[in-house]
Amino acid sequence: MHFDAANLLPILPEIAVLLTAAIVLVVDLYIDERHREVIHGLTLIGLVVAIALTGVVGGGATELVFAGNVVRDPLADLLKGAILVVSLLVFIYARPWLRDRGMLVGEFYMLGLFSILGMLVMVAANSFVTVYLGLELLALSLYALVAFDRDSSRGAEAAMKYFVLGALGSGMLLYGISMVYGATGSVEFGAVAEALATQGMENKVLVFGLVFMVIGIGFKFGAVPFHMWLPDVYEGAPTPVVLLLGSAPKIAAFGLAIRLLVDGLGSLQADWQGMLLILAVLSIGLGNVVAIAQRNIKRMLAYSTISHVGFIFLGLLAGTEQGYAAAMFYTITYAVMATGAFGILIILSRKGFDAERIEDLKGLNERDSWYAAMMALVMFSMAGVPPLVGFMGKLLVLEAVVRIGFVWLAVVAVIFSIIGAFYYLRVVRYIYFDKPEEDAPALASSGGVRVAMSLNGLALLALGVFPATLLALCQSVFGA
Amino acid sequence: MENVYLTIVLAPLVGAIVAGFFGGRIGRVGAHSVTIAGVGLSTLLSLWVLGRFIWADEPVFDGAVYTWLVSDGMRFEVGFLVDKLTAMMMATVTFVSLMVHIYTIGYMADDAHNWPEGALTGRNSYQRFFSYISLFTFSMLMLVMANNFMQLFFGWEAVGLVSYLLIGFWSTRDSATFAGLKAFLVNRVGDFGFLLGIAAVAMYFGTLDYAEVFAAAPGLAGTEVALFGGVSLMTLVCVLLFIGAMGKSAQVPFHVWLPDSMEGPTPISALIHAATMVTAGIFMVARMSPLYELSEVALSFVLIVGATTAFFMGLVGLVQNDIKRVVAYSTLSQLGYMVTALGASAYAAGVFHLMTHAFFKALLFLAAGSVIIAVHHNQDIRQMGGIRKYMPITWLTALIGSLALIGFPGFSGFFSKDAIIAAVNQTELFGGGYAALLLTLGVLVTALYSFRMYFLVFHGKPRMDDHTREHLHETPKVVTIPLVMLAIPSVFIGWFAIEPMLINDWFASGDWSPIMVAPEHDTLAHLREHWHGQGAFVMHALGTPTLMLALGGLVFAALVWWAIAARKPDIDAKLLALGGPLTRLLQNKYGFDDFNQRFLAGGARLLGQTFWNRGDQTLIDDGMVNGSARSVGRMAGVLRLLQTGYLYHYAIAMIVGLVGLMTIFVTL
Repeated sequence: MHFDAANLLPILPEIAVLLTAAIVLVVDLYIDERHREVIHGLTLIGLVVAIALTGVVGGGATELVFAGNVVRDPLADLLKGAILVVSLLVFIYARPWLRDRGMLVGEFYMLGLFSILGMLVMVAANSFVTVYLGLELLALSLYALVAFDRDSSRGAEAAMKYFVLGALGSGMLLYGISMVYGATGSVEFGAVAEALATQGMENKVLVFGLVFMVIGIGFKFGAVPFHMWLPDVYEGAPTPVVLLLGSAPKIAAFGLAIRLLVDGLGSLQADWQGMLLILAVLSIGLGNVVAIAQRNIKRMLAYSTISHVGFIFLGLLAGTEQGYAAAMFYTITYAVMATGAFGILIILSRKGFDAERIEDLKGLNERDSWYAAMMALVMFSMAGVPPLVGFMGKLLVLEAVVRIGFVWLAVVAVIFSIIGAFYYLRVVRYIYFDKPEEDAPALASSGGVRVAMSLNGLALLALGVFPATLLALCQSVFGA
Repeated sequence: MENVYLTIVLAPLVGAIVAGFFGGRIGRVGAHSVTIAGVGLSTLLSLWVLGRFIWADEPVFDGAVYTWLVSDGMRFEVGFLVDKLTAMMMATVTFVSLMVHIYTIGYMADDAHNWPEGALTGRNSYQRFFSYISLFTFSMLMLVMANNFMQLFFGWEAVGLVSYLLIGFWSTRDSATFAGLKAFLVNRVGDFGFLLGIAAVAMYFGTLDYAEVFAAAPGLAGTEVALFGGVSLMTLVCVLLFIGAMGKSAQVPFHVWLPDSMEGPTPISALIHAATMVTAGIFMVARMSPLYELSEVALSFVLIVGATTAFFMGLVGLVQNDIKRVVAYSTLSQLGYMVTALGASAYAAGVFHLMTHAFFKALLFLAAGSVIIAVHHNQDIRQMGGIRKYMPITWLTALIGSLALIGFPGFSGFFSKDAIIAAVNQTELFGGGYAALLLTLGVLVTALYSFRMYFLVFHGKPRMDDHTREHLHETPKVVTIPLVMLAIPSVFIGWFAIEPMLINDWFASGDWSPIMVAPEHDTLAHLREHWHGQGAFVMHALGTPTLMLALGGLVFAALVWWAIAARKPDIDAKLLALGGPLTRLLQNKYGFDDFNQRFLAGGARLLGQTFWNRGDQTLIDDGMVNGSARSVGRMAGVLRLLQTGYLYHYAIAMIVGLVGLMTIFVTL
């Protein structure tokens, strides 16, 4: 293959992340036990540099590099930026938890960085092969991270389930890709789309491939009925890993869906619309209802994720520019919400104790009223209460669905959201109206965490009141 | 200029936020410093802007600052429209607000005494108060500077909210919370009409932007709305908007909240319930003059409501014994004058009176507050008297305020009120004669109640208890300086402003004219044609019945409550007794409160009780809510069992999903 240095320019953010991972790996080998925190600093610097580079190389016309396998377009720019910013928050929140348990080691950072690299590759992919490459890099890193706490049998069990099911999901995706390759003779999105446009829809192999691909996407998002791994993994994995797993990868999954379904198989929209419809209704319904029965807050948030995925699918299945933009807005803001929720759980945890039951949030207001307010913002936002951003996201998605004439679908979604509001508000009730448990100590947290959490919580409010900027960005990506 | 306007609006908001959220940390001095700095900056910039408009021919600014959202082609924006009308309002609002801020330092100095021992709500009340009045300034500026109906509504509701918070400021007093609630509820009724008016504008004009609406208005003047057998669109919109104004500007029958609002601390009575917020309705109608000019029905309605308020509310002021309530009824009456002017299409005169009234009524309220401080928060004028000797500055400024209020020749109130009466005399609308008669008689009433209060408070023998009298002395400088600062415009502003504002069509700049008057409605034309300068205006007034009435009232008041009262202290009570049923009618305030309390409040409670018992508890709570909650809970309990924890179950679920999708999409 002809190598051109100009190829490297659009992937500078990826290179920065990769370099950081490599540096972390080496430094970790030689560094003294007492100075482990240096790794943390290096990681943050690497991410900030990557964010800056995303800004520098971003913007402008679409560029195809590496023989059309990688693309740099507004979609990639925005998703990369969001992934990196959310990941930055993740590492900031994770540090105290890791430090308290003596787990602040290079592996966490290295694996975390590789998973981020995987996400970046996914959203910048322009061929099925690149997408799969990024996806597997992300997934393999996450499998290992879930089992990161070696002494925890629950963690090992969760990792095992995740790995087996993940392999199944990836296998199906790959199988679907192979069928589409068979039918169109290409793995590059542009060529596939062109081939589809000329040969039409008659080919049943294509629909076969499409079903497998949708299942792969559904698995990565955690849509019903491919959601089974989600609650068990959320419950079993260490909280910082859940934080990493539950936030940025959703953005990457959105990128995956857009790349595969819209860029690649856009002309099959009529087919995948129906598939996503089924997954969306099942996810919104089951996620919201079963979350009510959960006593473990991580499991509850897992089911909450499932229901939010349903909403993201609503925007996607609309199949309009407006719908994609709404889904993107929803995904990015959801990632910010999820980061805040798990961030609070980490703050509530301490050495030898993990906040896992909903009861652990009791009387948070008396223990620390600021964090209580932030958690309340997150919960209200997830429930979709105006003027928080969760409401805006839901509104936009529902508007897109109504625009294509699926009023009944919007009604169903709203009814289940109302049911879902119950378990979010229950958390708020525990925070404000219950007394803390006797032995609950004061919350110790460093200034950095407090600043990050404040920004995180207030961002939900700010984006809800002033959604125009982010929304305009999302719309410009799809030219709506 | 956009940055200047933004600064004017945001500086008080910043002050409010700092004093409100960090009041405990920055302390009392910090709180009043930061809010006064914010409002002071706004005042300076507003005066500068006004100066630019007067002397430098500043162009009109009409632009969006932020687009909140766009829905179906309708833009919801934050934007400013700054023309001469706005500039005048900005200067008035910020100046009075600044004076009130300074005055509050003295008035609220020992606010701790107003709260029960150890009350949590009383903590940092001083800082909170400053935060509220700064927030009010921000809201009022948003209202007057709006360039679209949405922002107007935002400001409208925001000032209402702050008004509610401040009326009920002493929240441990039942009467205060009651008054706050009353103000809030009455305003809700008015605001509902207002909101419907805005909705009608949005529906028929398809935009909320002032300039676009005004431009489209003549084209839609003939539109009929199928409502009550067909009414003109303009009438509908104008009457609905005016219902909002009736609530905010306390016009009959929505006036009931204003006298009760005197439960709030006096500085806000001056700022909100005299000088600024209650005049929002006047400003709004003047701003909407291009719409009102297209509906004579609406103008007649405005005219009649205004005149009724002006006269009959003034009468009630005659029998009040609470110093603040007298001033409150006077405010109602004066608002009635302004509204009548609007109804007669003399928008400029209405706005002119708004401005002069802002100064002298704020002055009167603050002077009343100064007296209240001195006599240890007793507000009954029957227990005052002879205060002149002890408080010379308060006395003198109160005298100036009273003279301005009754329209004594040369004082600011004289010019504005005479202009209104002259204009109303010219109107040919339905109800014009009624309005002209009531306004002229109202002058007598104004003179009577103003000077009854004045003489009872400042002259005659001291009637307070000995302890109070011994401690009677002039209030501190932070109180008296604002009095003096307000007294100056109360005397002079009328003389200087009448010519540009009423005669020379100053409001128009270039081809933009905020106040639009149809030629056939131009009631100020008469005044304009016969204009020979301020001096001639004063001289001409000397022979009119209006002035005779004012002076007659003044002389009568002096005779009764000064000369005779010196020998017979019970003359006031005797006079009231003489009135018999009329006095009782006035003391009952025509029974509005009783009617509202019995029928509206009682009826609403009965209705609510019924719905609550039958509908809410039985049907909804027991049946629907608890019923569906139980079934959702059961469903959740069953569905969670799907999550068995076994890996092969999960894999099976995926395969089932795969097969399901296959079956549906491949075979179909």
